[in-house]
This record gives sequence, C-alpha cells and structure tokens, in this order.
Amino acid sequence: MAQGSTIGQVAPTVAPRSTAALPALLKDAALFALVTLGLAIPVVAYRTDLGQGTGLVLTGRWGLVASLCLAIFVLRLAQRLVLAEVSRRRDARILAGVAAPPVAVRPARILGPLTLAIALTLPFLAAFGSGGLSEGRYWIDLGILILTYVMLGWGLNIVVGLAGLLDLGYVAFYAVGAYSYALLSTVFGLSFWICLPLSGLFAAAFGILLGFPVLRLRGDYLAIVTLAFGEIIRLVLINWTDFSGGSAGVSSIPRVNFFGVPFAAGEGGFAALFGLSFNPMHRVVFLYYLILVLALITNLVTLRMRRLPLGRAWEALREDEIACRSLGIDTTITKLTAFALGAMFAGFAGSFFAVRQGFVSPESFNFLESAIILAIVVLGGMGSQIGVAIAAIAMVGAPELLRNLGFLRAVFGEGFDPNEYRLLLFGLAMVGMMVWRPRGLISERTPSVRLAGRKS
Amino acid sequence: MSVAGINVLVDETRARMAQAQAPLLSVRNVSAYYGSIRALKGVDIDVNEGEIVALIGANGAGKSTLMMTIFGQPQAREGTITFAGQDITRLPTHEIARLNLAQSPEGRRIFSRMTVRENLQMGAAVNGGRHFAEDLERMCTLFPRLKERIDQRGGTMSGGEQQMLAIARALMSRPRLLMLDEPSLGLAPLVVKQIFSTVRELNRTEGLTVFIVEQNAYHALKLAHRGYVMVTGAVTMSGTGQALLDDPQVKAAYLEGGQH
Repeated sequence: MAQGSTIGQVAPTVAPRSTAALPALLKDAALFALVTLGLAIPVVAYRTDLGQGTGLVLTGRWGLVASLCLAIFVLRLAQRLVLAEVSRRRDARILAGVAAPPVAVRPARILGPLTLAIALTLPFLAAFGSGGLSEGRYWIDLGILILTYVMLGWGLNIVVGLAGLLDLGYVAFYAVGAYSYALLSTVFGLSFWICLPLSGLFAAAFGILLGFPVLRLRGDYLAIVTLAFGEIIRLVLINWTDFSGGSAGVSSIPRVNFFGVPFAAGEGGFAALFGLSFNPMHRVVFLYYLILVLALITNLVTLRMRRLPLGRAWEALREDEIACRSLGIDTTITKLTAFALGAMFAGFAGSFFAVRQGFVSPESFNFLESAIILAIVVLGGMGSQIGVAIAAIAMVGAPELLRNLGFLRAVFGEGFDPNEYRLLLFGLAMVGMMVWRPRGLISERTPSVRLAGRKS
Repeated sequence: MSVAGINVLVDETRARMAQAQAPLLSVRNVSAYYGSIRALKGVDIDVNEGEIVALIGANGAGKSTLMMTIFGQPQAREGTITFAGQDITRLPTHEIARLNLAQSPEGRRIFSRMTVRENLQMGAAVNGGRHFAEDLERMCTLFPRLKERIDQRGGTMSGGEQQMLAIARALMSRPRLLMLDEPSLGLAPLVVKQIFSTVRELNRTEGLTVFIVEQNAYHALKLAHRGYVMVTGAVTMSGTGQALLDDPQVKAAYLEGGQH
C-alpha cells in the first residue's frame, strides 16, 4: 500500500551530500515532503469502507497525510544534517592523516560472547522478566524461531557466504528435513533421535543431487536453477498426495521427548523423573536448548571447516574458480561438499521444525522462506557468523517488535495496526542497508589463520 | 625393413638418449580450438629439465592458450602433451596441477579477499600442507615484501606484490616445472626486473625449470636459455635466447621501440 511513498522518499538520497546552507536543506526537505504528498494522495488519503447497504464510502484521512509529510520533512532534514556532519568529520580525519580504524574484529569480539550469554540464559531471563515460566512462553517461542533462522542462516552461509554459490532454493533442504522426520515418525514410528541424523543425511543427499547438474553454473544461472529446485520440491510435496499428504500436509507428528523420556504428566514423565512438578513449559524450554545446541554445532563446524583445507578451498572457490583448479583443487568435490554440508544443516533444522510444530505442510516451504534466509546471510555480511546471527535477530525479531507498539495508536488513531507496515519497514531497512552498509552488517572477513601473538 | 635400417634406427635412438634425457615437458603437434576457431595449429615445444624457456609473440598469437592447453583447459583436440614421461593431454586441470607442475596464471588470479598467508596455504594444498612452514619461510626470503604483508588481504596489495604472491603461491607446491603467464603484465619496469631476477636466481641455485610466456620479448629472451616465437597459433621460430634477440626478424617484430 504505502510502499510507493517509501521509494519516493529514499530514492533521491544519492543526491550530492555536500554541506549545503540551511535554506537549501529546507528546500530539499520541502521537496521531499511534496513528493510524499503527491504519492500519499492516491495511496493514503482515502480509505474505502463498507457503507450502508452495498456501496463503499470514502473516508478522508488528511490528518494522516499531513503527519506523513511532516515526518518525511523532518526525517530528510535530519538525514541531511547528520550526513553533512559525518562527511565533515571524515574529511577532517583524512586531513589529519588518521586512517579510519578497522571496525571489523572489535564489535564481533564483544558481540559474540554477549549474544551467546543471552542465548544461553534466555529461558531464565524470560521466566524472571515475565514472572513465571508460562508467562515467559512468548519470549522462549520467539527465541526458538530466531534460533531456527540463525541455524538456517549459518547453514546457507556455507554455500553462499563461503563457497560463493548463490542458492535461492535453500528452503528445499529444510523441507526435505522436515518431511523426513514427519514421514519416518508417522509411518515407521521412528524416534526423533534416530530421525534427526537421518534427516540431515537425506537433505545432504538432496544437496548432492542438486549439486551435480549445477556444477558448471555460476552466479545468475546457478540462482535460477536452485530457485527452480526449491519450487520443484514444494510442488512435488503438494501434488504427490499419496506420499506427502498433499497440501494438507502431515499432522500429528510425535512430539519431542527427553532422550526417550516423554514430557508428560504422571509416572515415567520428565517431571516425575527429575522430581519436578509437571509443567508443559519443560518441553518448550527443552526445544529451545535443542535448537540452540543444533545452531551452535552448525557454527562450530563452520568455524572449524574454515581452518581446514576443504573450508579454505571453499573460500578460494568463491574468489577464483580457475585459480583453484590450477592449484590442484578438485572443484567438483569442493562444490558438492559445500552443497551437501549446507543442506545437511537445513535438514537438521527441518526435522526440528517438524518436531516443534507437530505438523508440516508445503505452505511452510515457499520461496519467501528462501528469500528470508538469503537476506539474513546477505545482511549479515556474506561469511560473517556473528553478522548472520544479528541479521536473523533483526529480520525475525523486528516484526515481532511491531506487535508491541500499541502506543502508536494514540498517534495514528484507532485501527492503526503497526504489523501491517511490516513490509514497508522491511523495505526501508533494506534501502538503509544499501546506503550505509552495502556489504552487510559485518563485512570484514576474519582471516582463518594469523601469525601467533600478533594483534590486528 | 632391412637389418641395416633397424640398426640405423637403434643408433639414432641411442644417440638421442645419450644426448639428453627426454624433455620434462613436451608438446607435440598440439591443436586446440575455441568452438570452431583453431587457436593452436600443431604446436611443438620442448622444455628440458633445468632450462628456462620463453615463448614470445604478439597479442592473440595463442601464447596463453598454449599455456592453458598444457593445463587442460581447453583440452588439446589433436596432438599429445607429455610431462615427466606421463601423457597429460586428457587429464583434468586439477590432476595436472598435482603432478608437480605449477602455474602462475595470466592476470595473477590471486584470492583477493584472503590473506597472503592463506593464498600461500592454497598453493600448498597439492602436497597437503607438508613442509608448509619451511616453504613459507623460503618464500619470505625470496620475496621479502610478502613477509611484510603476510596477514594482509591479497586484493589490497599493489600489482607487483600480487604478481610476487602469484609466483610464490605456485612455488609452494615445490614444482618441477614453473609456468609463468605474462608475469610482467601491467607492472613497472623496475618491478619486472626484480621479479625476473628472482626467477633467474631460482633457476641457478635450485635448478628450477621455468616455462615463461611473455609479451615483453626483450626481458623474456634475456632471461631464457631458449625461446620460441609464436605467430597466429603456430611456432615460427626457435633458438637460444641470445640468437632470437639477435635475429633481425624478431628485432623488427617484437623488439622495436626500445629495450626497457
């Protein structure tokens, strides 16, 4: 709906950022407000409501239009002032002969442990913050959701960030993992702990299956084929009703158990075994730690791989395929392992998804999911582990934040739902990224080896 | 065939074997194509152990194509390429690279987002990183500039340093034959001199065999023991480096415009 006005607002930011005089700035901001007005008249100014009987009634929303224009005016003015200040400082620094300090490693060094500490204690923080385990459920569920995407982001990071193979169909492997568990458990009654590694193996096999035909492709062509692959998997799941239940999906998938001990009330349950009083939240907390462990395994494997010849070969492959081959690296094996390993982690995440939801359907594995995971990797900075984690929190957590902005109703009137502006804000954030951090949040690549004892 | 004829053949073979061992690299009647365009037209080239051999020629003569064909990309459609007695004509590139045959490719092709050290590690990938520390030390003495930049990203270095890195990366696999494709491309004359003298040094002290493809004919022929001249996909002349330098035709075609 209102996306048009965003584009109008941001597109001309490429205008020269010179330190202009105040009248010029005011004029510029006024121009922006004018453009906003022009865009807002068709899009925002009137709302159609159902009137008496069959007709539609136009309701004017001129107050909203006015506040929008004002907001754009102020924002643009602030932007120009801030940019002018930033460039002035940069010039001053260059004149002083001081190079910009490397921003790379330092934030990552603090952010990593901090994020990890919060992740490890989140269920307790949530319980204390909300005054009870059940009351904190919302936060733990959100944590599970974010961690799932962190894991998927880290998995895709192997393929896209390290090996440089643009994969737009990553969600296919997620689907393979989810359906592996769903079908193996409902049809053969296999336990989750057997199905988890199997799902990873199946997904890895599909990764290799995809890898073979695309060995010679790179860039755009690879992206198109992987996109098609993702759609094929989804369409097969929809249409092969005998196998996958079609668009109805697979339901009543067995819930997770504590290594064989079910999370149930009464004798032989988890609570009874550990002498706790039964609480359905135990299962949720266990799921939280399960996905945390899975995500951390993904991270550790990736970090470890980067130091091994194979991981280094992935990165070299991203840099220059021909040079790789002339150094004796088998690019076939290198690419296939990247696809397989990335897919394997998606398979793990998929089977976790299935055990958590208790229900899978092809709807969950559409292209938007692939796009979100890819956006997480790209926003994170293509290859940076902590960047991916932060991007996942931002991409998945931020929309949740919008639910809690009820006070905005006081400003924009009753019936204003911040959630509806999700995509608008998403687009805004993307444009902002393009302008200020075009290479991702953490764009600096950490070398895999360093001279011992030397600090950077 | 008469007995006498066979004897003559045997004598000839003996004589040839006595003269020298078989060449380390031998390219026999090789033709390569880009689609239907014949880029190499029956090329014959030998590189003996311990030699520096230069291949000179104008832009588009097929020098780099020959280099790439030896490395299996594109593969030769006709003829044979032998390295150390093994037929490598049909081998894929990465397997050729594992036979102690290293290449510093045209345009350097270093891994620009990886550090100098990581680039060198990639070079040592062939022998699985054995004696990596030792070789790294050796590269640092050969190219002191690389030592200064060891933890810097490859792409942030100057062209000359990148060329040194490309050569060092190739040397990390301890090759029997080093192939250099246009090492002087886009470099300042002083840097070119420095790089060429390092190559000569390597050849003298360690007996490294070098096959060098160059447009800078003067420098290349000065450096080389023997040289070949290539014109539109075929070798038209060959001889010792000095002989080619003195040849009026070579002078007219490739050395006009100064000996820098």
